[in-house]
Amino acid sequence: MIEVKNVEKSFGEQKVLKGITTSFETGKTNLIIGQSGSGKTVLLKSLLGIHKLDSGTISFDGRIYSDMNDDEKRELRTEIGMVFQGSALFDSMTVEENIGFPLKMFSNKNSREIKERVDFVIDRVKLINAHTKKPSEISGGMQKRVAIARAIVNNPKYLFCDEPNSGLDPKTAVVIDNLIQEITEEYNITTVINTHDMNSVMEIGEKIVFLKEGVLAWEGTKKEIFKTDNEAIVDFVYSSELFKKVRKAQNRADKL
Amino acid sequence: MIRYLSQIGKYFLMLKEVFNKPTKWSMMKQLIMKEIDDLVMGSLGIVAFISFFVGGVVAIQTALNLTNPLIPKYLIGFATRQSVILEFAPTFISIIMAGKVGSFITSSIGTMRVTEQIDALEVMGVNSLNYLVFPKIVAMMLYPFVIGLSMFLGIFGGWIAGVYGGFASSTEFQTGLQVEFIPFHVTYAFIKTVCFAFLLATIPSFHGYYMKGGALEVGKASTTSFVWTSVAIILVNYILTQLLLSK
Repeated sequence: MIEVKNVEKSFGEQKVLKGITTSFETGKTNLIIGQSGSGKTVLLKSLLGIHKLDSGTISFDGRIYSDMNDDEKRELRTEIGMVFQGSALFDSMTVEENIGFPLKMFSNKNSREIKERVDFVIDRVKLINAHTKKPSEISGGMQKRVAIARAIVNNPKYLFCDEPNSGLDPKTAVVIDNLIQEITEEYNITTVINTHDMNSVMEIGEKIVFLKEGVLAWEGTKKEIFKTDNEAIVDFVYSSELFKKVRKAQNRADKL
Repeated sequence: MIRYLSQIGKYFLMLKEVFNKPTKWSMMKQLIMKEIDDLVMGSLGIVAFISFFVGGVVAIQTALNLTNPLIPKYLIGFATRQSVILEFAPTFISIIMAGKVGSFITSSIGTMRVTEQIDALEVMGVNSLNYLVFPKIVAMMLYPFVIGLSMFLGIFGGWIAGVYGGFASSTEFQTGLQVEFIPFHVTYAFIKTVCFAFLLATIPSFHGYYMKGGALEVGKASTTSFVWTSVAIILVNYILTQLLLSK
């Protein structure tokens, strides 16, 4: 579990995170949602240790990040997998080399063991005929699968995803969402996803944290979203006509 | 002024970080070999081409300016040797390399920054500066061999142009090459080259690593890196010449 307590972060005069307190549960897909500029990327980067906090603490299964020394922080980073918005695959490497990179860097596995593990995760994310291709030679959806495979190859305890289905068609987006959820449950990972895709929220949002102007405005599950009276989240989620209809239908069904 | 000083400070802090937390040797070996291929081997063609023809031009221009019949013809070989060894090979080629190798380094690291590949390395717990910059510094330590080749081809180009252009005989040219030869001049040229190699690896890396923005800024960073690498080479050239050659 990742616990966030009174986290504050400013850039110059601008206060981006204003006393965020929440937790992200193990074995669940935790979603951070909010409008552009609400502070969700800053929160995700703070969780990853990329941004130094002004105040507050972030703890990973009881280990407070700011209290760790450099070796402990490096150790923690080997327990983290990250899927970046643009996949962030290394251009000069093939798909296999990209996926095997964390193992080559941090494990004592020999090349045969690395190959076996890489083949296993390639199968797990259902990548077909892409082993020796470069990232530029595969589709956006496949790149996301490679990014997920690279993120889980080292058996991470924590998986972070920044807009994992941005730029993908709706069908592929659902496949990627489901893949992340399956992996989270299968390996009991604490997964935190940063998104503003409402389909993802409805599909895999086991815990949802809603940020508005740097403040935690609401948190709950995808089921609770249908029933909540919180104006901020209702206004955000049901800004589209489609979701307004879904909410009406859901409430009608509940009354019956 | 403060901004420039802060950038210089940031550059030295970057250098400190480059030598921190080294990457696993088995991985580093591969990275160094790749950088040798990209930065050193990949530059041989252009260096050979430019050196050969500029050496030839130096010989022809010297010959064409020797209008006084009292001045011996061997001066063509002497002038070619002095120009090529002292300045052309180490300094002029390094400025060209600031354009070729420097912009390659800045744009490749800059693109990695823009596409979050550097963030990915950091999140994994890799010291991205050591991973990206250290192999380039090691690879560029082979740069003196490139300059050695440039010296040889420059003088060879001068000999071809001088002899086959009918400006001097082969013996005269060779005499010129040996006249008042000071071996320390070659040492001086190689000392400069090692310093330039370090600048060529680190200044473009600095501009690529700390760039912000998108594709357009990658292009701008490459240009800026070329300008500052050239400025640094010229300044270091002046300082080293003053330190090593003046009595």
